[in-house]
Amino acid sequence: MTTTTVEKPAGPIGARVGVRPRAVVVGAVAVVLTAALSVLTLGTGEFPIPAADVVRTLFGQGTPAQDFIVNELRLPRLITAILVGMSLAAGGAVFQSLVRNPLGSPDILGITNGASTAALTVVILGGSSTQLSLAAVAGGLGAAVLIQLVGGKHGLHGYRFILVGIGMAAVFTGISGYLLTRGVQMENARALLWLTGSLDGRDWQQAGPLLGVLAVALPVLLLACGPGLRILEMGDDAAAALGVPVKGLRTAALLTAALLVACAAAAAGPVAFVALIAPHLAKKLTRAPGPNLVPSLAMGALLLVGADWLAQHAGRPLPVGVVTGIVGGGYLVWLLTMERRAGRI
Amino acid sequence: MTRRLPARLIGLIVAAVALVAVLILSIGFGARFLSIGEVWAGLTDPASPYYRIVHDMRLPRTLLGLMVGMALGLAGAIMQALTRNPLADPGLLGINAGASAGVASAAVFLGVGTFYGYIWFALLGAAVVTALVYAVGGGRSATPARLALAGAALNATLYSYVSATLLSDSQAIEKVRFWTAGSLASADFATVVRLLPFIGAGLIVALAVARPLNALSLGDDAARALGARPAVIRTAVIVAVTLLCGGATAACGPIVFIGLLVPHLVRPFTGPDLRWMLPYTAVLAPVLLLGSDVLGRVLGSPGELQVGTVTAVLGGPLFIYLVRAAK
Repeated sequence: MTTTTVEKPAGPIGARVGVRPRAVVVGAVAVVLTAALSVLTLGTGEFPIPAADVVRTLFGQGTPAQDFIVNELRLPRLITAILVGMSLAAGGAVFQSLVRNPLGSPDILGITNGASTAALTVVILGGSSTQLSLAAVAGGLGAAVLIQLVGGKHGLHGYRFILVGIGMAAVFTGISGYLLTRGVQMENARALLWLTGSLDGRDWQQAGPLLGVLAVALPVLLLACGPGLRILEMGDDAAAALGVPVKGLRTAALLTAALLVACAAAAAGPVAFVALIAPHLAKKLTRAPGPNLVPSLAMGALLLVGADWLAQHAGRPLPVGVVTGIVGGGYLVWLLTMERRAGRI
Repeated sequence: MTRRLPARLIGLIVAAVALVAVLILSIGFGARFLSIGEVWAGLTDPASPYYRIVHDMRLPRTLLGLMVGMALGLAGAIMQALTRNPLADPGLLGINAGASAGVASAAVFLGVGTFYGYIWFALLGAAVVTALVYAVGGGRSATPARLALAGAALNATLYSYVSATLLSDSQAIEKVRFWTAGSLASADFATVVRLLPFIGAGLIVALAVARPLNALSLGDDAARALGARPAVIRTAVIVAVTLLCGGATAACGPIVFIGLLVPHLVRPFTGPDLRWMLPYTAVLAPVLLLGSDVLGRVLGSPGELQVGTVTAVLGGPLFIYLVRAAK
């Protein structure tokens, strides 16, 4: 008989629960950069205002003119940008965690397309902007439910769910193409602008409802779903064995994430790729498992504020969706190549 | 083998009869319904009251549908064979979107407004995306899901690029909005004639690679042992796909799912042998496309539903069914 020696594990087994210093640094840097970019955005425009004055104005110490320009004209748009970025990033983070694929973002799985198609219907029928927003929310949620029902029978991991989503997205795109041919010219320009995603003319009317949704959805995701999602990434069986209510958690997380994405689309249109890139960048930088919700939120805000600044001040004004679409497309191709080299897709 | 041969031949003849029936239906159906006799008179007799309707409007549209259907079906079939991927489709993989991006750029930045101008940009866009999706998706080691994801990603990128370019020019929106939905409505004889060389060349290359592609399906080494040259075949397939998809998209905008579905529907009858599958696909893909077009005209009357919408709405559920059926 030989004696067997049992090796003691060198460190604690399993996922460390708690705050990772790296994640804190990444989140903090993103927040600081967002703040800096925000001051820059608030200060630039037809009437340039020095950064120091912008900060003073924000705290209510500016001249009446500065107060009007910064707090009345520019701030609402900036706040909308931050909230839209956060919503998209949170939704994207949850989706990527659920399907365990960095490409499993709501843009590709048809959630955004569902919101677009519903909103487009309202535009073509000549509805108000409130109706448009409601339709976008309903469309995005409807698409999520549909994909979950059709493709989620055997869990959301694996490719079936993704492929079903891709198929749905193609159907929605086809319907959107048809709707675009039905409208008259004026409505078409409006529809296409909406489809690209733009922050022009967005103010408290858009920011307010979005803030409300975020205030409800974020605690749900962070406190109720976050820890479970991290365990769920190890697989359904392992998670179930560890006491995670797999099905309930998955449905709750999916619907909450879809709600956030759809509400962001309702506020600013389907801004492309933020939901895909922000969580992925956050994950790359923090190197932490799980959905990385808090760093993703900061990253989403940073991306959208940065993209909007570029869109407004790079030559002639563009809709923000153009910038995220083109920058995001390049990032995506790079990501695909990297993921393939690493053998993850 | 010898026993199956006649069955497959008979099947092909049945398919051809179906194609003729759909061609007649497509010519006959419209604001004024024409019977078979009237269609024949309209085709052959210059004195017939229907001669102008048939020749100016319905015949070009039908011929265009025939060519585009063949092109998309064959492109899908040879892509599925090359990538050994049952989910390959020029629409899903973003190749048609690449052609769209080429056309949109040409329309907005260079003021191109004619089909003849479009086609070169469409070919360029299709070629770039074909090469890109193949490279990004992993070339020879590509799995179905990997390619589909690469294609979906490129589709999303190109879609936002197209709407972004169009936004800067409201006249361009008007010019291409019907085109971006995928429609046969703007067909005329000049388009058909100009498209013919591109689709024809693509068709010939596609049919010519049937045999070597069969060999390639056994793997590179076996194919080499059988005398095939894998690199040459791959290049030929990419050239054919580019010609077929670029040409088809330039003429009538991005149309999805034809290239995916027809080879799937055909395969149970023909088996994997491309020498049978390609002719079947070439005959049946136009049946599906023209059938969808006629359906779009019925459902959308008095206007019409664009054929691209009909194929997307019909094809999406079938695609999802295939995904679910594949375990």
